[in-house]
Amino acid sequence: MTSDGEIIHFDNVGLRYGTDREVLSDLTFTLYAGRFYFLTGASGAGKTSLLRLLYLAQRPSRGAIRMFGTDAITLPRAQLPVMRRRIGVVFQDFRLIEHLSAFDNVALPLRVAGHAEKDIAGPVRDILEWVGLTDRIDASPATLSGGEQQRVAIARAVIARPAMLVADEPTGNVDPDMAAKLIRLFEMLNRQGTTVVVATHDLDLLRKVPDSLIMRLDKGRLSDPTGALRYPPRKLT
Amino acid sequence: MRRSSVLGRWFTAGSRVELIPQGRMSGPMPWVIAIMVAMTAIALAAGLALGNAVSAAKAEIDGGVTVQIIEPRADVREAQAARAVEAIKTMPGVAGLRQVPQAELDALIEPWLGTGIAAATGSAIPVPALIDVRLNGPASAAQLAAIAKRVTPVAPSARIDAQSNWLRPVFDAMVSLQVLAMVIVALLAGALAAAVLLAARSALGANRDTIEIVHLLGGTDAQVARVFQRSIGYDAAGGGAVGLALAMVVILTLGRRFEGLGAGLVDSGALVWSDWLILAVVPVLATLLAMLTARLTVLHALRKML
Repeated sequence: MTSDGEIIHFDNVGLRYGTDREVLSDLTFTLYAGRFYFLTGASGAGKTSLLRLLYLAQRPSRGAIRMFGTDAITLPRAQLPVMRRRIGVVFQDFRLIEHLSAFDNVALPLRVAGHAEKDIAGPVRDILEWVGLTDRIDASPATLSGGEQQRVAIARAVIARPAMLVADEPTGNVDPDMAAKLIRLFEMLNRQGTTVVVATHDLDLLRKVPDSLIMRLDKGRLSDPTGALRYPPRKLT
Repeated sequence: MRRSSVLGRWFTAGSRVELIPQGRMSGPMPWVIAIMVAMTAIALAAGLALGNAVSAAKAEIDGGVTVQIIEPRADVREAQAARAVEAIKTMPGVAGLRQVPQAELDALIEPWLGTGIAAATGSAIPVPALIDVRLNGPASAAQLAAIAKRVTPVAPSARIDAQSNWLRPVFDAMVSLQVLAMVIVALLAGALAAAVLLAARSALGANRDTIEIVHLLGGTDAQVARVFQRSIGYDAAGGGAVGLALAMVVILTLGRRFEGLGAGLVDSGALVWSDWLILAVVPVLATLLAMLTARLTVLHALRKML
C-alpha cells in the first residue's frame, strides 16, 4: 500500500477475450484503503470482468495495474498466491466446494495459507456465528438455501481478514431483508479497515451505505458520477 | 496464529477432509498399476534369472577346454589320449584335467543307442575319447593354440575346443532375452507414466472448478499438485502391492515348474535373496514414478492457468 492510502491503481487498462472487441477499455482509476465502493452498470457492462482483474483471475490485455504497491502485470506467477491472499472474493455464483461442509469451505483460505488446524476451528466458528450459520456448520452446500450459501461464501471471503473484499452481485440471490443484512456485514468489515468493492445493479443498495463511492461501467468504460475515482474521493450524496 | 512451515499442510497431513474427493483404490487406476507392476516384476524376474543362469554357466565353463581324440581304432585312441593327458598336465595355466571314463561316455550315448551294442554287433561304436581340461582363467585363443601345439605331435587325432565356444549361441540368446526383459521393464515404466498422466489430466479436468477456487483463494501450484500426487500415490501403492503379490505367485509357480525340469542351466537361474529384494522395490519405484508423473503433469497443466 502506498503512503497516500492507494491500494489499487489501474492505468489505461483494456481487456479483450481472444480476438473479440475489448470488454473493458481505457480504465484509469485508483482505489483507496478503507473505502466502500459500489461498481454499477447494466448487465454486460463489464462489471464481472473488472472484478476478475481486481481479484487477479485475469491479466489485462493492455495497460498497467498496481496492487498494494506492486506491479501486478509483471508480478511473477509464483507470487500471485501471496497477493491473492490479501483479497477476499464473494463470487456471484458463490463457488462453494460441493463436497466440503460449510465449516471446511470457510476454513479453506486459512488452510491454504498454512495455518495450523488447532488455530482454525475458533475463527471459523466465530465467523459462521457472525453470519448466523452456527447451526449449519456441518451442512454441505447442496443442503443450504441460496441465502445461506451466500453467507458461507461471504464468511469464506472475510475469514482471513483480507485487505480488500471484492463481491460480485452478493445480494443477487437473496431477499431484501437478507440483502440488507449482508450489506451491514460488509459495512462492519469496512469499518475494521477492509476496502470493499461490491458489484451490483441494485441502486437501492447504494443508498444503504451512505459513505460509499460509486463507479459506473458502461460498455466497458468507466464513468465517475461521485468522484470516487479522484483523490480525495467525493462522498455519495 | 502459528503458521505451518509447509504451505498447504492441510492438503498433506492431519486434515479431516479431502480437497479432491477420491475413493481409495477406486476407479481403474489402481488396477492398471497392479497389472503394470505385476508384468514389470515378472519381466524383471525373468531378466534376473537369465542373468544368474548366464553368470553361473559362464563361471563354470569359461576356463573349460575339451580335447577330443577322434580315432576309430580303440587302441590308437587310448594311446593318443594317454599321451595327450601327459602333455597337457605339465602345461602352465592348467588347473586340472580329467579323462572322461569310457563308462561315462557309454552312458552319454545310451539314451539314443541303448546298451550291449558291442555284444549285438560284434564291435563297439568308436566314441571319441574326451579329456576335460580346466584352466586357471578363461580359455583364450592363445591358450588353445598352445595346447594344440603341445598335443598335436603326440595325438594327431586330437581336436581342441573351448567349452564356452559351444555354448556361445546359447549365451547370446540368453543375453538377448535378458535385454528384451529390461526393455519390457522400461516400456512398462513408460506405459505406467502415460497411464498416470492421463489419469492426472482427467482428474484435473474433473476438478477444474475446485482448483480454480483454491488458486483464487491464494493456493499455490505446489499445494494443488500435492493433492493429486498424494491421491495417485495411494492408488499406486495399493495397486503396486496387489501387483507384486500377483507377480510373486506367478514367479514362484514358474520357479517350481522349472525346478521340475532338473536342467543344470535352468537350476542355476534360480533367484537369490538380492533378486527378491530388487523385485520388492518394484512397487515402491512404481509409486514414486506415479507420484512424480502426477506432480509434473499437474504442475505443467496449472502453469497454463493464471
